[in-house]
Amino acid sequence: MKPPPFKYVRPSDLNEVISLLSQHGEEARLLAGGQSLVPMLNFRLLRPSVLIDLNAVTHMDSLAVADGTLLIGSMVRQRTAERSPDVLITAPLVVQALRHVGHFQIRNRGTMGGSLMHSAPAAELPGVALLLEAQMVLRSSRGERVIQASDFFCGPFTTAADPDEILTEVRFHTPPGARTTFLEVARRSGDFALAGVAALARIDPETRVLKEVRLAAIGVSGGPVRLFQAEAVVTGRYATPEALRESGAAAADEVTPSTDLHASEDYRKRLLNVLVARALAEITTL
Amino acid sequence: MIVTERAVSVSVNGATYARTIPVRLLLSDFIRNELGLTGTHLGCEHGVCGCCTILLDGQAVRSCLMFAVQADGHELITVEGLAPAPGQLHPLQEAFRQEHALQCGYCTPGFLTTLIPFLESNRDPSELEIRQALSGNLCRCTGYQNIVKAVQRAAREMRTVEPGR
Amino acid sequence: MTTRWFGEPVRRNEDPRFLTGEGTYVDDIHPPGTLQAAVLRSPIAHANITKIDVCAARALEGVVAVWTWEDLGDVFRPSPMSVPHESLTHPKTQYPLARDKVNYVGEPIAFVVAHDRYIAEDACDVIEVDFEPLPAVVDLEAAVAPDAILVHDDVPGNVAATLTQQVGDPDRAFAEADHVFTARLYLERGAGQPMETRAVLAQWDELEHVLTVWDTTQAPLSIRNGLAVLLGLPENGVRVVAPDVGGGFGTKIMMFYAEEVLVPLAAYKLRRPVKWVEDRREHLIASNHERGQLHESAIALRADGTILGVRDTFLHDTGAYTPYGIVVPIVTSTQLPGPYRIPNYFSESRTVYTNKVPVSPYRGAGRPHGVFVMERLIDLAAREMGMDRAEIRFKNFIAPDEFPYDVGLTFQDGAPTRYDSGNYQAGLAKVLSHIDYEGFPAYQARMRDEGRFIGLGMASYVEGTGIGPYEGAHVRVDGTAQKVVVATCVGTQGQGHETSFAQIVADELGIRPDQVEITTGDSRSMNWGSGTYASRSAVVTGNAVGVSARAVRAKAATIAAELFEANPADIEFENERVFVNGSPEYGLPLWDVAIVANPIRYAYGSQAAKAIAMRKQRPGPPLPDGDDPGLEARKYFSPAQAAFASGNHAAIVEVDPETGIVTILRYVAVHDCGRVINPMIVEGQVHGGVAQGIGGSFYERMVYTPEGQPLSTTFMDYLIPTAMEIPSIEVDHIETPSPLNPLGIKGAGEAGVIPVPALMAQALEDALSPWKVRVTELPLNPGEIRALVRAGIDPEHVNA
Repeated sequence: MKPPPFKYVRPSDLNEVISLLSQHGEEARLLAGGQSLVPMLNFRLLRPSVLIDLNAVTHMDSLAVADGTLLIGSMVRQRTAERSPDVLITAPLVVQALRHVGHFQIRNRGTMGGSLMHSAPAAELPGVALLLEAQMVLRSSRGERVIQASDFFCGPFTTAADPDEILTEVRFHTPPGARTTFLEVARRSGDFALAGVAALARIDPETRVLKEVRLAAIGVSGGPVRLFQAEAVVTGRYATPEALRESGAAAADEVTPSTDLHASEDYRKRLLNVLVARALAEITTL
Repeated sequence: MIVTERAVSVSVNGATYARTIPVRLLLSDFIRNELGLTGTHLGCEHGVCGCCTILLDGQAVRSCLMFAVQADGHELITVEGLAPAPGQLHPLQEAFRQEHALQCGYCTPGFLTTLIPFLESNRDPSELEIRQALSGNLCRCTGYQNIVKAVQRAAREMRTVEPGR
Repeated sequence: MTTRWFGEPVRRNEDPRFLTGEGTYVDDIHPPGTLQAAVLRSPIAHANITKIDVCAARALEGVVAVWTWEDLGDVFRPSPMSVPHESLTHPKTQYPLARDKVNYVGEPIAFVVAHDRYIAEDACDVIEVDFEPLPAVVDLEAAVAPDAILVHDDVPGNVAATLTQQVGDPDRAFAEADHVFTARLYLERGAGQPMETRAVLAQWDELEHVLTVWDTTQAPLSIRNGLAVLLGLPENGVRVVAPDVGGGFGTKIMMFYAEEVLVPLAAYKLRRPVKWVEDRREHLIASNHERGQLHESAIALRADGTILGVRDTFLHDTGAYTPYGIVVPIVTSTQLPGPYRIPNYFSESRTVYTNKVPVSPYRGAGRPHGVFVMERLIDLAAREMGMDRAEIRFKNFIAPDEFPYDVGLTFQDGAPTRYDSGNYQAGLAKVLSHIDYEGFPAYQARMRDEGRFIGLGMASYVEGTGIGPYEGAHVRVDGTAQKVVVATCVGTQGQGHETSFAQIVADELGIRPDQVEITTGDSRSMNWGSGTYASRSAVVTGNAVGVSARAVRAKAATIAAELFEANPADIEFENERVFVNGSPEYGLPLWDVAIVANPIRYAYGSQAAKAIAMRKQRPGPPLPDGDDPGLEARKYFSPAQAAFASGNHAAIVEVDPETGIVTILRYVAVHDCGRVINPMIVEGQVHGGVAQGIGGSFYERMVYTPEGQPLSTTFMDYLIPTAMEIPSIEVDHIETPSPLNPLGIKGAGEAGVIPVPALMAQALEDALSPWKVRVTELPLNPGEIRALVRAGIDPEHVNA
C-alpha cells in the first residue's frame, strides 16, 4: 500500500496553481488535506501524473464574516472551522456537521474545500453546503465564477468544477432566526454515515408554526440531496409528532439509496425517515 | 518546480534532519526508515487505525496520510519524544503502565500521541470525552477500558503537577 | 515457599519499552542493505492461469528478483499438513506460489524483491497474468449441493472431512423426549486482525552459516524445523526469532504462510537481507480467517427441563485449503456441550472447501460457534417451555462434585474431553448477582414505559486450555548481572509473559519479578517446543518455568546447605537471600550462590571474591559426577490433557427498534481459569476477548460477493469496534484450581470472546421481545436488526 509514482509541485501562489492546472488539467490532482486523496493513492486507486500541493499557497485559509455570511477559504482546516467562534455564530450547522467528520486527527489535516471537492456520497460538508444554499467560488485561467451548491454537486465524487478549476472559497449563510441540526447514523463512531440529515427550520415566534424548513440528506444518493417533499409536508404546520412522521415518510419516498455491505437500500430509507423526524423534533422542541 | 525528489528539513523531537527524498515517500516511512524512529507504527496505511499518529506542530495527525515532503519546515514529535528524559516516563506513559492500558504495545504510540494534545486542551475530561478522543485509534488487545482509566489517571496526575494551568 | 508475587497485579516488565517506542517488532529490524518484497496476489477467486509474464517487472529499475513458481526449485511443494486427522480424507495445503490455478482472491502468484517496497509494488503492477475464470464456490450449502462446482477437481463434493462423534444413544433420547426443538444457526466469517500485520525478515550470515529469520509467527520452532527441511539446512543452521509481536489471536500461527517460505528462500539465494511486511489490504484478503459455520441442531428435553440429548450437524467453511486440518470443527463439536450434562449427543461436521481465504483458528477457535449453538438451543427450549432461562441452566449444569467429568468425546489433542475441575453454579450465580438478574424484569418494565427497549443476555462456556504436547524453560541465575535469565520458545503477542513467568520465578527464588528477564520466541534459546496457541502458554510454559525454577531453587538450597552445614530442607529464599530457616545470619545473596555454584578459581564482580572464599574444599573432582556447573536448569512440562477453564457472562443491551442500533449498557464476566498468576493481566485478556466478541456480534464480517470477491478489504469495511462501541467490562473471578499441573492454572487467553455472540443473541431477543424477534445468525448490523423488528408480529411501536 504505497502510492504509485507521481511528480510533485508545491506552489506558494494561487496564480501559479491556476497556471499549473491549465497546463496539466485532468492529469493533475490538487493535494489539500490529503485525508481522502492519500488513502486512494496508497491503494493505488488513482494514478495522477502531478500532485499540486496547496498547503503552501497563501491566502487560501482565510475565515471572515461579511453581512452575516461566512466566507471560508477552501484550505481552512476542518478542525479550525469546528473550533471557530465565527463559524459557530454564523453557520452553526457547519460545526454540528464537522463533529461527525472522521476523527479529530483527520480534521486536523482535512480541509473544508477538500471535502467539498472530493464530494463523497456520505460526506457531511456537501450536505451542509446544499442545505445552506452555499456559494462555491471557483477560479481558473478563465477567471472566477460562483456556483450555487445545488448546481455544484453532480453525483458520487463529481462536481461541476472543470478539471482546470480550483475551489477557492465557500460562502455559507444561515437565515436569521433559523435553528439547525445535523444527525447521522454510522456503523462506528467516525465512520461514513449510513444516512444523515442536515435540518434547518424557522418557527414563527407568535404562532409556533414552522415557517421555513430545509432538509438535506447524505449517504442516501450519489451526493447530497435536498428533501423538497419532506420540507413541503411540514412547512406551515405545527411540529406535531404526526407532522414530523409524515415528513420523515416523505423523505424516504424521495430518495433512492444504494445497497452496500453496511446497509441496504431499504434500511437507508427507513433510517432517513427516522432521522428526519428526529432532526425536526430536535430543532422544534427547544 | 515539478519534481520527483525534493530536499527537506524537518525537526523531529527537537533534532533537525535534512534529507533528499522521493516525493511519494510517506511521512510514516520517512520517520521509520529514513530517521530510524521505529516507535511510530503502521497499522493500515489508510488513515483508520491511528497507529502512525504523530504530532505535527503540536497537533495529532496520521503520518500515513502525508507525504514526507509536506513536513518540510515543520516540527514533529513522535513517541520517542514524549518522555522527559531517558529512563523516565511522561505521566501519561506512567498511567498507561499503572492501568495496564497496553498489551502487545503496537497501537500504544498512536494512542499516546493522540492523547497528549487532548489532555493539554482538556484538563478534566469526562469518560465520554475520553472515549470520543480515543475513537480514532484502534486497539485490538485491551477493549479500551484500561486506556480510558489511564487517561483519567494521567489527567489527575497532570492537574496535580501543574495545578495552575 | 512464601508466595508473594503469584496472584498479584504486578505491573508489566515489558511496558517501558513499548511506551517509549523502543519495542522491537519485525519491521523495526532493518539490517543494512535490506531488500523489500511484495507479493502479486490473485484478483480472481477461481481461475486457471494460462500465462504469467514478468519481463516488464524484471526490467524495472530497482527490482532485484521477480519469481514465479518456476523459480522456486525444490521449494515448490505444498506446505506440510501440520495437524493430520483420520477424518481428514481430502486435505489440501498450499504451494508458496500458484502454478496453473488460483483458488481464492489473495492467493500468491508472484514474488518481487526490490530496493524498496514502493518499487516492489510498481513491479507487481506490471506483471501480466492471463486468467481463464472459473465459477466460484462461495456459499456453504451450494458448495455441498449435488452438482456443485469443485474447488479442487479431486475432492468430490468439496468435502475435506466428515467427522462424527457420539455419546450415549441420541436416537433413543430424542424418541423418548417430552420436547424436541430445532434451530438453524449461522456465524459468519471474521478474523483476528492484530494491529501489527504479518512480517518476515531473513538474513543469511555468511560467517556463521546461519539463516536468521525474524517472523511474526506464534510458533517459531515449528517454522525453524520446517524451514530447515525445505532449505536443506541443519536445524541449527536456521534461527527463527519472533521478537515483539503486535497481537496474534491465532492468525499468526501457520505452517507455512507463503511469505514464511519465500522471504527466507530469497535471503538465502540472494545472500542479501530480505524483508516483507504485509499491508492491511493483504492481511484482510490473504491472511487466514475463521468462524463461518452453518449448524442444523436439535435439543431433546424432559418436561421438567432436563436435557436428554443434543444433535448437531454442521458445515464448516475451511476456505480453499486445510492448513490447520480440522482443528476448528473438532473444537466446535467437542466444546459445544459446555458446562451442561448432555448424556446423549450426536455431532457431525463436514469441512467444506470454498474459494475463499483458508481458515485456521482465531481466538476462540471454534468455541464461539459451538457455544452459540448450545446456548441458542437452551434459550429456545426455555422460551418454548416457559422456563426461566437461568433456572434451566442451573438445572443442567454438571455439579461441582461430579469432577473429573468425562464428556465422552475426543478433544483436539486426541485425549478425552474430561473436565478436571469447575464450579459452573457458583459462576452463574455470581454473574447473575452482579447484573441483578432478579431485579431486571422491573428495570426492563420501567424502561419500556419510557419507550426504551433493553434486554439481558447470559451465557456459559467451558474451554479446554493448555494442551500438550509439552513446553520447556531454561532458568539461569546470572550472579554477576544479578538477575535471573529465563528462556522459553513460545512466541508472545501481548499476553505479558515477561511478567507472569517472572512472577513464578520470583516466588521460587525469593527475588522480584523485575529481576527476571524472560526471552520468548527465539529458536536459539530453546531447541524443543511448539508455540503459543490454544490458551496454553501460561499453563504449559508457565509450569515448565515453575518446575525449572524449582530445580534451580533445589540446587541453590543444596549449595547453601553445604556452606552452612544445614539441611537443604531448612534453606529459605527471601529478599534475594538464601539462608537457613530461623537463622538469617547464616545466609548469602542468591547471586553469590550462583557464583559459588561454578567451581572456578576466579569470578567477576565485587562480591565474587568473598563468595569464592566461602567455598569449601572437598575431596574428588571440583565438579562431582552428575553435577553441573552454575545455577541453572532446563525442564519441560507435559500435561496429560487439557485443563478446562470456564466462564459465565451477562450483559444488558439497549436496542433502538427504529434504527436497529445496539448499545451495551453493562457487561459482566465471571471467569474461572484456576489459580490466577496476575489478575491484572487475566482481566486484560478478558476485556480484549469480549471486545472481539462484540465485534463479531455486531461489526466484524468478512463479506464475499457470489463471485468470491472479498468486500471487507479496508478498515472502513471490516469494522473493528472503537472505544465508543465497547463498554467497560466488569470482571470477577472464581478459582477452581486445576489438579493437572503444579501451579493449578488453566488458560485464559481466548476466554473472553467465547460466549459473546451467544449472549448477545439472547439479549437482543429479550430487548425486542414485543416483536418476538428470533436471532439465528450473527453478526447482525443495524439494518438487519431493524429488519428483524419489522418481521416481528407487533409492529405498532414503530412508525415505518
